[in-house]
Amino acid sequence: MAETEYAVVLFYSTQGAIKAERALLRAGFAVKLIPTPRQLSSDCGTALRCAWADAEAVQAALEGAKVEYASIHKVTVNE
Amino acid sequence: MIYFDNAATTWPKPPGVAEAVLNFVQHIGGSPGRSGHRLAVEANRVVYDTREALATLFGVADPLRIVFTANVTEALNLVLFGYLRPGDHVVTTSMEHNSVMRPLRYLQSLGVELTVVPCSSEGVLDAADVEKAIRPNTVLLAVNHASNAVGTIQPVADIGMIARQHGLLLLVDAAQTAGAYPIDMDQMHIDLLAFTGHKALFGPQGTGGLCLGERVELDRLRPLTRGGTGSQSELEEQPDFLPDKYESGTANGVGIAGLGAGVRFVLEQGIENIRQHEQMLTERLLAGLQDIPGVCVYGTRDARRQTACVSFNIKGIEPSDVALRLDEEYAILCRPGLHCAPAAHRTIGTYPRGTVRFGLSYFNSVEEVDAAIRAVRNIAMKKH
Repeated sequence: MAETEYAVVLFYSTQGAIKAERALLRAGFAVKLIPTPRQLSSDCGTALRCAWADAEAVQAALEGAKVEYASIHKVTVNE
Repeated sequence: MIYFDNAATTWPKPPGVAEAVLNFVQHIGGSPGRSGHRLAVEANRVVYDTREALATLFGVADPLRIVFTANVTEALNLVLFGYLRPGDHVVTTSMEHNSVMRPLRYLQSLGVELTVVPCSSEGVLDAADVEKAIRPNTVLLAVNHASNAVGTIQPVADIGMIARQHGLLLLVDAAQTAGAYPIDMDQMHIDLLAFTGHKALFGPQGTGGLCLGERVELDRLRPLTRGGTGSQSELEEQPDFLPDKYESGTANGVGIAGLGAGVRFVLEQGIENIRQHEQMLTERLLAGLQDIPGVCVYGTRDARRQTACVSFNIKGIEPSDVALRLDEEYAILCRPGLHCAPAAHRTIGTYPRGTVRFGLSYFNSVEEVDAAIRAVRNIAMKKH
């Protein structure tokens, strides 16, 4: 079992998560939309996950594309 | 059959609209913005992509500043009921549809002050008259971009300038122009743009929305409805961010999927090309109808100053009888009467009789216009 480190980005609106996904895919990042992890928030919405190694570049890309996000978290998953 | 009721709802739609609706029902079908599984996410993408296409069309920098509603009437009600308080003054025009006039008359009964600026008998609004109506307690100008009764296009950019100079918000009812006439929120200084999805944007019925400009204070604009948004589920209070603040309950995913295809069609064709085609048809229709003895055409009678919506009457025959004969004898479908706009018909002098309205679309042809002119001529000459 290998440990994988992900960055999980939370948004205010689920439409904000799609806006982010669209912007990041256009910028060439590998991202995935997932249900917001319970340990990060009680929200029932959608969060965006990418490789932790991309976290800083993703943050910069979101700010560059004027996509608002609530917070960004490091999550380790045993896969 | 000739469909000339596009001012009520467009038909036919571009083929992509039905395909998008079918694809959503058959293959997507999840609840947009809820759940987070692949189908819910895909449904949410469809909704976002429609928002993005609309943002491109209207010059809105952030697609999240577009809120979906069931129709333009709901978008207009959202602004009027959400923004106006007793003691506030609002300026509107005598060419408004009841979607603006009825909420405003009701709000007037609750203590909102209302000025209805008269327009000319051609339905033209003088921007200077709007400025003269402004009072110290004026907070909003609510203006029809183009009349649904006679097609007259109003000087919205001039009114937008006045709104800016006086620190007021401009609400534009773009029911007749969105998709048929160029609209740029920034250039025209529009703060609140209410649009319908099922007319010139070619979406299904049950779609519409509101674009919120950067100057709109969200704290002041109350939502019309409150409820589930798929966000902040831990809270029992409504979120204060966009678009969730104004979008409660499951979205019309099916309709919004179709609307997205309609808007993309408009973007692909180019709004200038659409306008050019409709203006050419309008010019031909205006000339042909005015050439018939006993036919009276209303409005500016100038294709450059109106949408592809032409209102007329035949001397001695009621509009409803003309429409029935057009349908039964010529298979030409149009709308007679007052078109939910009694104030506009009072302004152009056709209340309570109303008019016969031909509402054209990008999908109509020169041949159809010529056939309709021949039909009206026959009816006017009492021929069968």
